[in-house]
Amino acid sequence: MKKTKLFSLIALVLAMLMVFAACTPKTDDGKETSNDGTTTGQNTEGQTEGTTGEPVTITYCNFNASGGNEETLAKMVEAFEAEHPNIKVDVETIGFDDYFTQMQTRVAGGTAPDCYELNIENFAAYANKGLLEEITGVDVSGLNETTLSAFNVDGKQYGLPESFSNVVLVYNKDLFDQAGVAYPTDDWTQDDLQAAAEKIRALGDDIYGIWQPITYNEFFKVVAQYGGSLLNEDKTAFTINSPENLKAAQVLVDRVLVSNVQPNAVQQGGMGDWDMFMSGRLGMIPTGIWAFQTFTEGCDFAWDIVVEPGSTQKATHFFSNCVVMNPETQHPEEVATWLAWLASSTTSADIRLEAGWDLPALKDLNALSSYLEVTPPDNREAVFESLDYLVMPPVIEDYALMSDIIGQKLAAAAEGSITVQEALDQAQAECEAQIKLG
Amino acid sequence: MNTNTMTRQKKKGKKRGSGLLVASPFLLPSLIGLLIFSLMPLIISGLISLTDWNGLDQLTKPGFFQEHFIGLENYKTILSTPEFWNTLGNTAEYIILYIPSMLAASLLVAYLLSRPRKGIGTFRVVYYIPVLTSWVAASLIWKSVLAPQYGAMNGILEFFGIQGPGWLLDEDWAMPAIVLVSVWKDMGFFGLILLSGIVGINKTYYEAAEIDGANGWTRFVKITLPLLTPSLFYVVVVAMINSFQLFPQVMIMTGGGPNKATEVMVERIYQYGFRYYRMGYAAAFSWLLFVIIMAFTAIQMKGQKRWVHYDD
Amino acid sequence: MTTKKRVGTVFFYGVAILLAVIALIPFLWMISTSFKSRGALMSIPIEWIPENPTWDAYIKVFSKFPFAKTIANSLFISVSYTAITLLSAAMAAFAFAKLRFTGSRVIFGGYLATMMIPTQVTMIPLFVIMTKLGLKDTYASVIMPSIFRPFAIFLLVQQMRTIPEDLLAAARIDGAGVFQVFRKIALPLCIPSLATLSITTFMESWNDYLWPLLMLGDKDKMTLPIALSTLNGQYATEYNVLMAGSLISMVPIIVIYIIAQRQFKSGMMAGGIKG
Repeated sequence: MKKTKLFSLIALVLAMLMVFAACTPKTDDGKETSNDGTTTGQNTEGQTEGTTGEPVTITYCNFNASGGNEETLAKMVEAFEAEHPNIKVDVETIGFDDYFTQMQTRVAGGTAPDCYELNIENFAAYANKGLLEEITGVDVSGLNETTLSAFNVDGKQYGLPESFSNVVLVYNKDLFDQAGVAYPTDDWTQDDLQAAAEKIRALGDDIYGIWQPITYNEFFKVVAQYGGSLLNEDKTAFTINSPENLKAAQVLVDRVLVSNVQPNAVQQGGMGDWDMFMSGRLGMIPTGIWAFQTFTEGCDFAWDIVVEPGSTQKATHFFSNCVVMNPETQHPEEVATWLAWLASSTTSADIRLEAGWDLPALKDLNALSSYLEVTPPDNREAVFESLDYLVMPPVIEDYALMSDIIGQKLAAAAEGSITVQEALDQAQAECEAQIKLG
Repeated sequence: MNTNTMTRQKKKGKKRGSGLLVASPFLLPSLIGLLIFSLMPLIISGLISLTDWNGLDQLTKPGFFQEHFIGLENYKTILSTPEFWNTLGNTAEYIILYIPSMLAASLLVAYLLSRPRKGIGTFRVVYYIPVLTSWVAASLIWKSVLAPQYGAMNGILEFFGIQGPGWLLDEDWAMPAIVLVSVWKDMGFFGLILLSGIVGINKTYYEAAEIDGANGWTRFVKITLPLLTPSLFYVVVVAMINSFQLFPQVMIMTGGGPNKATEVMVERIYQYGFRYYRMGYAAAFSWLLFVIIMAFTAIQMKGQKRWVHYDD
Repeated sequence: MTTKKRVGTVFFYGVAILLAVIALIPFLWMISTSFKSRGALMSIPIEWIPENPTWDAYIKVFSKFPFAKTIANSLFISVSYTAITLLSAAMAAFAFAKLRFTGSRVIFGGYLATMMIPTQVTMIPLFVIMTKLGLKDTYASVIMPSIFRPFAIFLLVQQMRTIPEDLLAAARIDGAGVFQVFRKIALPLCIPSLATLSITTFMESWNDYLWPLLMLGDKDKMTLPIALSTLNGQYATEYNVLMAGSLISMVPIIVIYIIAQRQFKSGMMAGGIKG
């Protein structure tokens, strides 16, 4: 009795499936609006004919709106479509973790969207393999030059910086007061930082001066502060174990192993770096400006920010995502219009800022004035002052491989299992063996 | 095994030739699936392993294969790097620790759930919950449970006067920690499979044993275990294959660290294919993995005659 | 005797409850996290009971995407997927376990071999094949792989091999055709395994993420895991919302599990059929 039921259920589903399989491929065009106002509907892999009068639909794939900003992006699209009634943008937002896996598969399978978002790590791989179209015919003069140049390969602008975040030094005012140290200023160097960190460390067993992760990302910036770099000028050779780099890495590692102003992995005990700061156990933490919101909610002490201290020179970090065009798109002009609007229009900048998303990569800081009004931190200007010292990540085709090799060696050095010299020598050797440059 | 050998002679009554005709309608759906979803992609990936494809250029462009063909270069490189042997060693460590502990845990689960006790239905649901929990959620909580200084695990160990290790942060303990979490996650799944094996056992065997006055434990060892061997065999083979393909827990909990102590094959394949854009190399890596798993499974298939009892 | 029994009972429940606690801890933590406000997610020591519990995360999950539509998509896909897997795998398993034909061993070996292929590398080729077949953006593209599930076939082969041969022979003597033997005898005797299989298959299909993401670009066909994945951002993940969403997505599987569990009882009865 039961089995007959099971059997007929299976047969029913099978029949249903056949009906579905038979009719789904034909449902190509049907414009619909889902309940939150975003335009959705067809996935047009180039089958929309650009007939006059009918709006052109372009597909845009991104990860940056995931994790809380889908509505903000939808608002931008709405504003854009109001300004450009002949263009419709079909947005697909995908979580960050698997975004690049799926994008790669689509690109390789020849079904990439008309335009999409890439982060700086993956941009070079795509650009150098000829998978992107140069973006021309649009005005990008409003964009910050350093970030713009990050997405320029051999003089061709393959990507437009669409969002932007940088890193500042966040400090716990209360701990500075307790230790009797003056607050950091723009003139600080790494030595001042070290001195302050030691005094704060002395406040208690469980209190540390600073947390600056000994990772690839921090490394290439600190190296720049000591006048070093990971590649030579024309990016034809690695210079990972140069004397300047060695000095920079030694400073970072000594903070953990020698002066212990920075906790080691066991002392950190699996607690996140932001959580350590918010629990009032860290004097200073260089971190991204996207932490402000969380720190504002989570800190029950006074905190502020300052431009990161340098050594022989200042160098600050930025993260930027860019938007790129698929060379196979049927509508290059419309795509360029949308991308330029998204990256540099004041309308999109306003919507972005209002939502407290990351910053637009604009040259004209007046457009960002509303950003300065929110406190804490009081010294929000430091976010913009830091822009004067932006250091370019060493963008090469094998960026991810290089960063993993260097990161692993640095981690081993920070743990004390190899010396700093050994770490950089090994990193240099492995990079040379596994990566072909230029 | 005692009671079930009397039907052997019936096999010989069938003609060999007509067998395929009778069997083919049963096999047809899965054979079509095999062709489309496994065989074709497998052959294509075998071809890819002979190229320097970056995983981004379009596969279907004419002349793709000629342009990128590099022969056995990828295989030679992989076999000459210490990385390959390191990942193989890590995988072996995982298997040696994981298989016995997982078997013990899932047998315990299956045994408990097969008892006709009150409230057993609730336990059946509860034990299955780790299987249903996503790896993201599970690894987040386990990371904090295994945190060296503030984590619950070392807190408990300290209570017994044991100084707990650094777990995921310690080169020697990272892999055991991953095994621990994997056993926790999988015991419900394999336990359930063993349970359905136990439930499927013909009751007459137990009735006979009861008359002989065997107690619960004897019955478990003398009847349940031998009759469970087909299910156990399934569990061991599948667990072995899964172990070779160990991936999400490593990716989320350690990312291959500390100092490459938890780098395993699929993790490497993923990194090469999708992060370093060396898909040809990744394909060669996975063909090597494929061959290794095949060899192991073939050995198990051969070995099953020694310990697996079928009822036919 | 009675004290011995009592000790046994205490021992049984002691072990069972200990195991249950270990199994449940992360689940409880998920529930607790889903009621937290955004600020207080990852504190050490773990905050087991949120200080200010709120429904915010749940409200956010429901307002974030067309929830009913997403669930309907996921249900349709997973139910079809499971049904096809059960039928196709049972048929193949019956052929391997109970029919004798030339090449049986070789074909079965080939089936098993495909279990060993890591999916990471066949993904792009398969994507290309499916696109060429014109199946991109169809439900069929995510459901069709269910016709070949070697893990399921293997499990059922192991189960069917334990069916006594004389049961089948008796049926054949009564004049039953091979399809009837399959339907009337082999299938019912596999009910415990089929129940297990339906849970695990349903769960796999329900949680499957990367493949549907690749095949179903159309928002109207979005499944639950794809929707949930958009909670994971570049710099931050809203864990409370993620946990709320994960909990909601666990509900259908738990329901299916409880239903399938009942099959164990009928399985016990079926197992009691005397040969």
